[in-house]
Parts: sequence; structure tokens; C-alpha cells
Amino acid sequence: MKRRWRWLLPLAAVPVLALLAYGFKLNPRDVPSPLIGRPASPFTLTAFDGTPVDLAALRGKVVVVNFWASWCNPACYEEAPVLERGWRTYRDRDVVVLGVDIQDKDEAALAFIRNFSLTFKNSPDRGGKVSVDYGIYGVPETFFIDREGRIHRKHVGAVTEQIFRETVDTLLAAK
Amino acid sequence: MIPELGTGALLVALVLCLYGAVMAALGARRGRTAYVESAQHAALAVFVLVTTCILLLIYAFLTFDFSVRYVANNTNLGTPFYYRITAVWGALEGSIVLWSWMLTVYTLVVVLRHRTSARELYPYVLTVMLSVISFFLLVMTVAAPVFARSLPIPADGRGLNPLLEDSGMITHPVALYLGFTGFTVPFAFAIAALITGRVGDFWITTTRRWTILAWYFLALGLLIGGWWSYHVLGWGGYWAWDPVENAAFMPWLTGTAFLHSVMIQERRRMLRLWNIALVILTFSLTLFGTFLTRSGVIASVHAFTQGAIGIFFLSFLALVVLTSLALIAWRWDVLGAQGTLDSVVSRESAFLLNNVLLVAAAFTVFFGTVFPLISEAVRGVKVSVGAPFFNQVNVPLFLSLMFLMGVGPLIAWRRASLENLKRNFLWPIVIGAVAALVLRLLGVRSTVAVVALALTIFVTATIAVDLLRATRARRLMGERALPALGGLLLRHNRRYGGFIVHLAVLVMAVGVTGSQAWSVHTETTLQKGEQTELGGYTVRFDGLRESQESNHGKVTGSFTVVAGRGAGDVLEPAKKFYPQEQSPIAYVDYRLGFVDDLYLVLGDFARDGSHATVKMQVNRMVSWIWIGGLILTLGTLLAVLPEQRKTA
Repeated sequence: MKRRWRWLLPLAAVPVLALLAYGFKLNPRDVPSPLIGRPASPFTLTAFDGTPVDLAALRGKVVVVNFWASWCNPACYEEAPVLERGWRTYRDRDVVVLGVDIQDKDEAALAFIRNFSLTFKNSPDRGGKVSVDYGIYGVPETFFIDREGRIHRKHVGAVTEQIFRETVDTLLAAK
Repeated sequence: MIPELGTGALLVALVLCLYGAVMAALGARRGRTAYVESAQHAALAVFVLVTTCILLLIYAFLTFDFSVRYVANNTNLGTPFYYRITAVWGALEGSIVLWSWMLTVYTLVVVLRHRTSARELYPYVLTVMLSVISFFLLVMTVAAPVFARSLPIPADGRGLNPLLEDSGMITHPVALYLGFTGFTVPFAFAIAALITGRVGDFWITTTRRWTILAWYFLALGLLIGGWWSYHVLGWGGYWAWDPVENAAFMPWLTGTAFLHSVMIQERRRMLRLWNIALVILTFSLTLFGTFLTRSGVIASVHAFTQGAIGIFFLSFLALVVLTSLALIAWRWDVLGAQGTLDSVVSRESAFLLNNVLLVAAAFTVFFGTVFPLISEAVRGVKVSVGAPFFNQVNVPLFLSLMFLMGVGPLIAWRRASLENLKRNFLWPIVIGAVAALVLRLLGVRSTVAVVALALTIFVTATIAVDLLRATRARRLMGERALPALGGLLLRHNRRYGGFIVHLAVLVMAVGVTGSQAWSVHTETTLQKGEQTELGGYTVRFDGLRESQESNHGKVTGSFTVVAGRGAGDVLEPAKKFYPQEQSPIAYVDYRLGFVDDLYLVLGDFARDGSHATVKMQVNRMVSWIWIGGLILTLGTLLAVLPEQRKTA
């Protein structure tokens, strides 16, 4: 290396440091979604059991869309039973739970569904289009959609029994 | 009283520390030994003061002195005695106290050991060590004041994070921090070498044991962390590629690379620049790790609470990296290599490749960890990087490293002849290949598992070949087999210590492979008296019981477990309800075995005990990872024993 040029060596570290500094501007835990209050972006998917899933056709019902992956441990493993129980409790009251499996392998995802005996519809998001539309940052993320098809709430991290009940009850009450 | 005493001690320590750093450097520049001696006294005083601080903090915890905000936040009247001591480092502020205290201890040892033996480098080493301590003292007084007062003084504290009430939490941070801080010493020597221009082998041979110890403690910290995650967090895994885990793993990877590359510098006078760069990188990564865990820049399941502290760490990281690189640029001319690579088929190139792979692994982990930031900065898109990325990229790297682990120690220096290759590797390769075939025939379907296990056997065979040959040589001299082996291990302790560490890594590799390939799990709801079956275990739900512990309530499920046709065994997973926490904490119960672990987590239950949900996992061969940790300890001990024989 030429004598003068070597002094540029420290510059190599600048981009990395700048990137880390940039990180302060963000709060990765609390991602305010610009989607709140907006109409939920429509999607059609094919569920693992082969049946079609169409969000637009569910207008008039309260829809809980949960983005998950079999490798998302422990959060997705914690919330799977909660979602299943929620679905069983509320299915007769116009509430639909939809699972969207992202960045996953089919066998692993199917094993996940089997293990938790999930009975609500779960579909792979091949190509990741739906995840992009919903601005998924990490799994799990859950969207609560009201009867008019607007996104009412976005929850990042495992859904708890309490969050599920409270949110769904609120949406059911708002006739 | 304690807040004032503690803050006072910290401030005095900070001033003395800065004074010592300046004096040591001045003393070296002007050739005044009196200055350096004064700096030494300052270092000693700093040690005494920081020790006082940590003792004050322990005292405050033991006496429930809630006038200290940190105590009030991390303990309450029900916290048991021993967890009140470990609570000292249970949260952000205290962890930095522990960290600085370890640094002062290391500095003291440096003063005692290297005061006379490393005359030229020593003053600058002292300067660097004291500067690093100054930074941490600054953090403790300004950014995360551990002795801040709580006003008004609460009647009872908030309590320790319940997840930290575990024996693993006593040892995990201690080991991890010993590792993190330990790399400060080789780093200080590297910087001193750059400043003085004495970039030859001296700083490397002097810091060899330091590096091994730091590396070992980091490994131990990672292992205990894995153990804690495995038996406390209740998800049945030991490693999740979480940013915080990655933060500790990266310096371990580059530290491993450094441990190997210094051997080439000692033997062949090559890689001077590379070694200095590696040690700087390793130290910077330890700082990056602390930055990551404490700044809240990247989301993680077990980060500390966030605060202004991130800015401090980033500034210090920038200072370290920029200064180090500037020093390298300044000394560029003397850092050139003296030896050259003679042949691609040689030990040098095996080690070089090992280094490239290790650094590549560290880079991919780094890249995956900060990728969410890059993506958002460049494209404005939020993404997350999960385990699949890390596994996909790292598995091939680690398999290649395992292969090199077999090749490196046996292949000849400079240029390996065909004869040398045949003599050392023919049998191991045959044995490895046969093992791969047998595994396939036995029905192992996963290719990664077959390759990993076959490589394990190959490397074990190379070690066996070497040991057999060396023992035979000694037996020909008339020694008996066992004394011959023992004498060999002790006389060439560095080499065979390394071999034992390699064996430890292999044992862990078996554990990781087995658990990844063959573990099974399920989750079911059982009525009282109902039973279910998984992986050869039958589990029956026998009922629930409620109890009240000193600082939490507990619901314990009782499950009778029968393995095969054996007698029943009772496992009691529980849920703990802490008043300060909103959601209950799972208490896992498990039965460990050489072949598999049964692991039960209590899920939801009916209050009357009529039914309960239980998560069952049969995790295969996980115990091997912990056994590997024990072997690793033995190997490290052997390697750091004082050498009996001067290497040629």
C-alpha cells in the first residue's frame, strides 16, 4: 500500500459505525404501523389443506391474521395454543382466525400445525407477497381486522389470551 | 449512606484511573520509571475502590437498603439470600460494576506478572487497561449510575426478574464477563506493540495464556447460557441465534481464529498484521456485544433495558476502532510478513483456511445480526433474520472447520509430502468414510447429520492415530503404556491440551447434530389420569397442587413418566406466579440422559386440577453438549499448564 493511502484505513470502519448510530433512530420493538385504521390489503392464498383463503370474502366478520413461522421459537410456539383456543371459543360468533406461514419449509410448518392441533386455516405465503403488504418486521405479528375490513390493531410478539379476548371483544361490540 | 459512599468511591476511582493512564504513557515516553510506578499505585487504588463499590452494593442488597434505587428495582424482601448476591449483576447498572471490577482484577494481575517481564510494552499496556476501565467508570457515574438514590425510599423493592432466579444466572454472567473482559489484556498488548513498534512475537507469546483463558471463559459463558436457556426458558432449545447470543459468539469465533493464527506467527514469522487485526477485531466485538445488549438498537428476547448508555458504548467503540486502525496505518511498514507460504498443502495453509472460515462465520453472524438495520437504512424495509439464515450459512462453514480440525494438527509444516499425508490421514479417512456408509445404512436420513457424525469420527481417528504413534515411540524407549501416555500429555501439554479441546468440540458437535436431527415434541391436553406417549416415554397426568413460596405462588403439575418397561418416575413442571410479573413463569421439569432428555413444560390448566396442557419434548443427545463443556475445561487446563518443554 502506498504510504499516503494507508491513512484511509480507518475510514473502512466508518460505514459500520454510522449504521449502528443510525440504529438509535429506530425502535425495533415498537413499530408503529401506518396500516392502523386503513383497509386491510386483500389477499388470496391457498391453505395447506388445499382450500382457498380469500380475505375479501370475509368482510362482515372479525378477522385475526397471524403471521408465523415454524422456526420462530419461542414466541410462535407460545401463541399457537392461544390462537387455537381463541378460534374455538369465538368461531360461532363471526370471528375468523387465519394463519399465514412465512419464510418456511412445508414439512416443518405442517409438523407445527399437527403438533398444536391447529384447526383454523393456515396458508403458506409463497413469495412473501402478503408479508410485504402487511409490512411484517418479524414473526410473530398479528393483525386484528374489524367487520368493515379495516386494520384495528397490530400486535408484535406472541399474542396472549388477554390481548386476544380484549381485542376481539372490542371489535365484536362495535357493531 | 451507601449511595453517597459508592458514588464518591466511583468518582475518585475515575480520576485516579485517568491519572494512571496518562502517567503510564508519559513515563514510557520520557523514560521516567517514577511516573510508571505512580500509575501502578493508581491502578492498585482503583482496584481497591472498585472492590469497595461492589462490596457496598452486595451489602446494600443483603441489608435490603432500598435507598439505593438499583437495589429497590432488583430485589424485594422475599428474594432469597444467594439471589440477593447474584442480583448485584442481574441488571444493567450492576453488570457494568461487575465488568469493571473484573477489569481492575485483570489489571492488577498484569501489574504483578508483567511489571518486569515486559518492560517496554508494559507502561502502554497499563495505559490501555486503565483507559478502558475509565470508560466503564464513566458509564457507571454518568450513564447508568448504579448508586443513584431512590426518593422516596420504598418500603419494599420490585423484585428480581424471576427468570434470573436460577443457578445458571449466578455463573453465566460471571463466566461470560471474565471472557469478554479477558480479551482486554491481549488487546492492550497489541496496542502497546503498535505504539512501541515492537510488533514481533513477544506480545503474542506473553499473552498466550491470557487469550486461552479469555477464550475459555467466553466458551463457558456461552455453554452456561445455553444450559440456562434450555432448562429455564422452557422452549427446549439451547441456542436461538438471538442477537445477544450472537454478540457473545462473534468474539468467540474471532478469538478462536486468533488462538490458531498466533501459532503460525510463532513458527513461521507470518501473519503479524493479521494477528494484530484479529485481536483488535475480537476486542471490538466484545464492545459491540455490550453495545448491542444494552442499547436497544436491535430487538432481542433478552436484552437489558435501554437507556442513554448506547451512545456511550458506540462512541467508545468508535474511538477504539478508529484509533486502532490509525495505529495500524502508522505502523504499516513493520507489519509486513517475513515468512512466505511454501505450499498449499501444508499446516500453514490449513490454519489459514481455518482462520478464513472462522472470520467468515463471524462475519455472517454479524451481517445477519445487523441486517435489519442495513435493510431499513438502505431500502427503508423492515425485515427480520431468523435461525434459517444463520443455520444455512454456518452449517457448511462449521463442517469445513471440523474437517480442518482433523487435518491441521497432523499435516506437516511448510510442505506436506504424499508420504506424510498417507501416514496421517489414510486410516482416518477410511474410518470416516466407513462410518458415513454405516450411518446411511442404519437409516440416518439427514445428510448434514451423516456428514457431521462422519467428520467427528474422522477427526477422532486422527487424534487417536497421533496419540498411538507418539505413545508407541515412548514405549519403544521402555516406558509402560499408561505412564507413556501421561508423560506425553504433560510434556507436550500445549499440543495435547489443544487435542482435548478439539475432542470437546467434537462431543458438542455430536450433541448439536443429534438434537437437531432427532428431537421430537408435542403439546397435548390431558385429563386427570389420562396418559400420552412420545418417543418411547409414556406420560400420565396425576393432578395439580398449589403452594406458596417465599416470593411467589406456585402451581405444580404431577406427571408419572415411564420409559419403556421401567418403573415410574414423577416429574413436576410448575408455573410460578410472581406478584411483580403479569404473566406466570414456567418452571420446567426434565430428566436428563445420555441418549435423550425428557422435558415437560406445564401449559394451561383447570384450577380444579381436572385437566392440564403439557408440552412434552424428547430431546436427543443434548447432554453431550454439557459433557463437551467439561472436556473443554480439562483440555484448557492442560493447555495453560506451565510448559515443561521448550518448543523448538
